[in-house]
Amino acid sequence: MDNQYDLIIVGAGPSGLWAAEKAASAKLKVLVLDRKQEIGPPKRCAEGLGLGWFKRLGLKPNKEWAVQPIYGATLIAPSGKSIQMRTKKVAGYVLERKVFEKHLAIAAAKKGAKIIVKANVENCERKNGIVEVTVNEYTEIKKYTAPLIMAADGVDSRVARMLGKNTANKPYDMDSGFQYEMTNLNTKHYEEKDLNMYFGTEISPRGYLWIFPKRKATANVGIGISAMQEKTAKHYLDKFIEANPKIFENASIIEVNAGAIPVGGFLEDLTSDNLLVVGDAGHMTDPIHGGGIGIAMEGGAIAVETAIKAHKAKNYSHEFLQQFTKEWFERRGNQLKKRLKARLLLEKLSDADFNYLAESLTVEDCLKIAGGEMNGKEKIMLFGKKLMQRPGLIAILSKYL
Amino acid sequence: MGVKIDRTKCCYCGACVSICPVNCMELKETRLTVDNNTCINCQACVRMCPVGAIALQKELKAKEE
Repeated sequence: MDNQYDLIIVGAGPSGLWAAEKAASAKLKVLVLDRKQEIGPPKRCAEGLGLGWFKRLGLKPNKEWAVQPIYGATLIAPSGKSIQMRTKKVAGYVLERKVFEKHLAIAAAKKGAKIIVKANVENCERKNGIVEVTVNEYTEIKKYTAPLIMAADGVDSRVARMLGKNTANKPYDMDSGFQYEMTNLNTKHYEEKDLNMYFGTEISPRGYLWIFPKRKATANVGIGISAMQEKTAKHYLDKFIEANPKIFENASIIEVNAGAIPVGGFLEDLTSDNLLVVGDAGHMTDPIHGGGIGIAMEGGAIAVETAIKAHKAKNYSHEFLQQFTKEWFERRGNQLKKRLKARLLLEKLSDADFNYLAESLTVEDCLKIAGGEMNGKEKIMLFGKKLMQRPGLIAILSKYL
Repeated sequence: MGVKIDRTKCCYCGACVSICPVNCMELKETRLTVDNNTCINCQACVRMCPVGAIALQKELKAKEE
């Protein structure tokens, strides 16, 4: 019975592959399907992963895919004034995701997971408590069955929808993202050891524009803006590049990336009968910076904990699987919801407010924040104190703090 | 009713699929397909597309005329 599995994971991204390794390690018979002919590209991602995530996930940085150590962040206000927050120690890495994902796939396969690429899921159907997955595998139609399906098929997930769970996002909760991987940049005009983030309603309406260094003079240069804008993300990025010849004059584009970023419309329930939804498909991203690699991988691992319990209890009902939703919100989701509130506050700030903040934060303030000397409340107090000095903001702040 | 995809612009990122309220779009590897019989002309995908690859058919027709 070669086509029967304990768990079928659709989507070989960080979330699906990480989950596959965990589930296969627990001796579940796992199948991973990906519609693409190649694991990894095209990336829809700026590839930054903080050190905290390496620790939380038990992931060791490997030079083959953790290509650029990052020491901090430089935030650039609309006025051009920058705030640098940097530590002496490595704070994270920019990844080469196409290599990273191959490594995850190899690790999952080594534990016994079966991976098939260029395999498009055409249909999912429940039949007597088991799901039959119809796959177009290199023009051949094949059928696989499992009592449990994990939808890890990204923002454009259709697998969950096939099983009656609507994972579509609302325009307000989405950012539209566009990015060039560029090389031969002028490294004198951005911080090569930092994530560079540019703010301003003209530069990047309700979002930010980034330069994430990735090897010498090479970086992901991208933007995420509200999906409600008239003009495209590409329009804003091209405008910025044209306005900053110092950085980009002699640069070449070596990759074009696009994508949607869920930034706050959390799914209240990540499960259904025979179904667990993880990663971007489950809207698992940070509402402030849009990052999602670590969150998605952790989400996949939490889902596997429930999958193992379901396998033991032979119970794949919606009611049983809901413990995954509960666990995920307790361990991550509720914290992200708080960050959504903070983002709604940031959205209210005008360019003048940002400029004021950049002018008034001292070097000592930045060092304290970067050095981890402040907890969340102290940080809010600090920003709050600075912002209180600007009339008009008191009302907004009192509503959110 | 319906939208038209400019394939020279499309970066096959799936942003439009993620936002479609009637689930009428699908990305198969690099090829985006749309079922215009189901499309409700809401324009969510038109706004969402990071590269401006999607337009309403009726607006394209109006331009041609």
